[in-house]
Amino acid sequence: MTRRPAILPAPFAAWFAARGWAARAHQLALLKLAQQGRSALLIAPTGAGKTLAGFLPSLIELADGEGSKGQGLHTLYISPLKALAVDVARNLETPVADMGLRVRVETRTGDTSASKRQRQRRDPPQILLTTPEQLALLLASADGEHLFATLRRVVLDELHAVVTSKRGDLLSLGLARLRTLAPDMSMVGLSATVRDPDELRRWLVPQRGSGEMAELVVAAPGARPALAMLDTRERLPWSGHGASHAIGEIYERIKASRMTLVFVNTRAQAEAVFQQLWHVNEDALPIALHHGSLDAGQRRRVEEAMAAGRLKAVVCTSTLDLGIDWGDVDLVVNVGAPKGASRLLQRIGRANHRLDESSRALLVPANRFEALECTAAIEAASEGAQDTPPARTGALDVLCQHVLGMACAGPFLSDDLYAEITSAEPYAQLPREDFDDAVSFVATGGYALQSYDRFAKIKRLQDGSWRIANAKIAQAYRMNVGTIIESDMLKVRLVRGVAAKGSRAGAARGSALYAPAKLAPGAQPAPYTGRLTRGGRVLGEIEEYFLETLAPGDTFLFGGEVLALQGIVENEAHVSRAHSDAPKVPSYAGGKFPLSTYLAARVRKLLASPKAWGALPAQVSDWLGLQQEKSLLPPPGKLLVETFPRGGRHYLVAYPFEGRLAHQTLGMLLTRRMECMGLKPLGFVANEYALAVWCVADVGVRAQKKLFNMDELFAQDMLGDDLEEWLQESALMKRTFRNGAIISGLIERRFPGKQKSGRQVTISTDLVYDVLRRHQPDHILLRAAREDAMTGLLDLERLAQMLARVHGRIIHKHLERISPLAVPIMLEIGREPVYGEAQDEILADAAGALVDEAMGG
Amino acid sequence: MTAGMDDQQRAAKGCFALHGEAALPDVSGALWLADHGALVVSDLHFEKGSAYARRGVMLPPYDTAATLGRLADVVARFSPRVIVALGDSFHDGGGPARMGDADRAALRALQQGREWIWISGNHDPEPPEDLGGLCASEIRLGGLTLRHEPQAGASPGEVAGHLHPVARVSAPAGTLRRRCFASDGVRCVMPAFGAFAGGLNIRDEAFAPLFAQAPVIAHVMGRSRIYAVSMARCLGD
Repeated sequence: MTRRPAILPAPFAAWFAARGWAARAHQLALLKLAQQGRSALLIAPTGAGKTLAGFLPSLIELADGEGSKGQGLHTLYISPLKALAVDVARNLETPVADMGLRVRVETRTGDTSASKRQRQRRDPPQILLTTPEQLALLLASADGEHLFATLRRVVLDELHAVVTSKRGDLLSLGLARLRTLAPDMSMVGLSATVRDPDELRRWLVPQRGSGEMAELVVAAPGARPALAMLDTRERLPWSGHGASHAIGEIYERIKASRMTLVFVNTRAQAEAVFQQLWHVNEDALPIALHHGSLDAGQRRRVEEAMAAGRLKAVVCTSTLDLGIDWGDVDLVVNVGAPKGASRLLQRIGRANHRLDESSRALLVPANRFEALECTAAIEAASEGAQDTPPARTGALDVLCQHVLGMACAGPFLSDDLYAEITSAEPYAQLPREDFDDAVSFVATGGYALQSYDRFAKIKRLQDGSWRIANAKIAQAYRMNVGTIIESDMLKVRLVRGVAAKGSRAGAARGSALYAPAKLAPGAQPAPYTGRLTRGGRVLGEIEEYFLETLAPGDTFLFGGEVLALQGIVENEAHVSRAHSDAPKVPSYAGGKFPLSTYLAARVRKLLASPKAWGALPAQVSDWLGLQQEKSLLPPPGKLLVETFPRGGRHYLVAYPFEGRLAHQTLGMLLTRRMECMGLKPLGFVANEYALAVWCVADVGVRAQKKLFNMDELFAQDMLGDDLEEWLQESALMKRTFRNGAIISGLIERRFPGKQKSGRQVTISTDLVYDVLRRHQPDHILLRAAREDAMTGLLDLERLAQMLARVHGRIIHKHLERISPLAVPIMLEIGREPVYGEAQDEILADAAGALVDEAMGG
Repeated sequence: MTAGMDDQQRAAKGCFALHGEAALPDVSGALWLADHGALVVSDLHFEKGSAYARRGVMLPPYDTAATLGRLADVVARFSPRVIVALGDSFHDGGGPARMGDADRAALRALQQGREWIWISGNHDPEPPEDLGGLCASEIRLGGLTLRHEPQAGASPGEVAGHLHPVARVSAPAGTLRRRCFASDGVRCVMPAFGAFAGGLNIRDEAFAPLFAQAPVIAHVMGRSRIYAVSMARCLGD
């Protein structure tokens, strides 16, 4: 007998009972809060019925009849992934159909047809599942007010993942507007376990200056995951991320399990691991590939095959990190560095959606440093430690986009809009001047030289309200909404090369879902000589800058196949299937996460405590033992800097463990400073753990003779003038600025009627950056780029914290030869791009070649 | 070139022979014809920012000032007798009218005490009114013909702009894309001088009919000097 009839109505209780379930405590707690009209955050592990908990109050209210009489939108569900929205809609069908509820559930994503979108505005479903971008679009239209007036409830899925990005900023602003349109609605946020739940609780309710928070419901934790690190039989590599040494062992585990998810960190790794697995796949197990560059149709086929249990394993990137239910996964393999404890736990959550059984996960380090990181992550996970990133301050470029969107919805008064925007948690501290600057930016670009008044996009009327100047501006806004800036991508289209003639091509097509097409051994594709046609299938999209490094005929890995570039035709790369032993692997920009600060600290601690090395593979502890003998272990709280000569050059290697981005920035600034000190640096290379600089001058001996001071070299003031000077030229800063220029609406990605690709853009944001820096250095977009650089591509914040931490605590060790700890980073030289102030040296190099040519006749 | 300077000294300064005349490509993107005391700048595209703003793309309104500032620097270094603006000096026909007072004054200051010649271009076929200087569709200086748009086929001694050449150069240390002068010693295409002017890769087919025979050199604008790079070494986009 149920003890809670007052909360759970009979048909619902019966539905649970029929399935052999009982409503869980957190589901009922959330229901009770919803019935009181309170907003709440639910923290629950995967498999705890989180989504059902989020929708139960809405279904009950709608079943009550409220829904059938009150036409109109009742519940809005927002997910960071289109696929997740579609998946949840499908899952909702079950209770709705089983209980015969008269509730219409629909999705609205970028894939929804224009006619269906029209109809949804006119005749909305009671439950609409959508994405942050679609919400922004709905709110920026004149009928948004009418559409959302009936809204009672908002469900935000995977909230922990959304709040860490600019998409989260945009969503928070949209929610602030929703609260204005439907003051009585309540919100529920669904989240995995996070470091600081209060940050998310503030997100769900309007901020009025005293840190207001939503209620908190925490579900019972699931069974502890069974985590293990692969203690490989093979030699653990010094460096690299391919994990090719472990492919055989991974394959054995796949064979022994029902279904395995193999997570990797980058799309390049996904391609490489997939290819190698197929190389050893003697049993022809159905192993598939899933990453963000593949054609959406192909990804969907893999997802469906997975859900139907037709696959044995899927190699995937973070595209499968979020909570889509993928059927019967019983093993998660994480290849490479876990990067963060929370990230690892969420990935493991993909295995075994049943709460009471522990999920099994195998960590496979690709090199020795990653073995340290894996060990630290396993320890952190077993303690339940969380290291999700801290909440962000709302970005100014997103604010600009939102202000224009609100003008498209209808005239606004500055005071009202400012009050609404500062009720959103990320913008709660937004100074009024910044808001006014954003409005001025939207109107005329926000320039001190006010010469654009007559061209204004929004205009202030007599009554003080702002209104868009014409309908074309709203149209342009709608085409450019969103905060995701992709690199310029080219479609990859399969065309028939000469070699594709005959039966082999047909055979390859048959297995296209998951098998990489293999050419018969020795079959070399003949050079393509025919006309390039548009006939073939689109395999996906690839970054333009990668394709730029290829010449026609070069081979590369994509979608698990070896492809040969035939040529680039407009915005498409035409390729044919090929055979090659050494295809290039695209070095995608996307998909690299920095090592979390928390995990970095644990790795440093582990390194410094030989007593804890028992948890490490013997190869790794032996290596560290050797380091202890030959040099030093990085002492806790200090920065170890080693110097040694090698091959006629002098090396300086530092071990900050702060992630590749911060190390890159440090390398740029350090080499500038070394230049000034006369140390003649030639270049540097950075990885997640260390930084190596090589010089002409004997940097070690000079430091020993006190000709310069290590503390001075690493002094915090490098973030002052040195940084300013470098930022002027920094390509990373220019890319950051470009993203802000697009998000804020300064530069349009798409114009009505056509979409421009990178090749056609008529104005270079680099030129705009140069001019703006010189003439109005405090412009809102430069401030926005600066703030992004703190946490984004330059990771300045983390670098600043590190420099402060090691100030006066630098241990310099001068060595006769390379230390064991330095081997991995030294091996990256030649494999990773070399950085430095190379600018004019590149030209000098090329000009030198001209002289050589001339002299050689 | 001034008397007493032999070929070697000229070459060391980056000077090259252009159809028998000495031409010095300057790091700013201007071409210095010392024997004529003439400084040539091409594709200034004044008021490109405001031309975009008219269509709702609010580019910074500082491009004209930035371009004039750079021009003032190079004028101070060479003290030319005549300045030739090689066409597309304004981004569009309405440009001269939109030019602000401060920028007008800066332009007048540059014209002070020397000749200023506006060559007409496709963006600005009509000469700008009330902005001083003389107007022409092309002029001759010794063996050189200065016009905006390069003519198809052989055109010995032509100095033109219009195409905004840039070179993509690669070396082990990385890849750069920079504005450049393109010349085969017979004719020359100048880089755009305007702050917001874009670029066209010299490997683009638009350049192919101009340089049929001799090896083509890209005089690439570095940070502090010009680098002569063989076009064969330059990459396409």
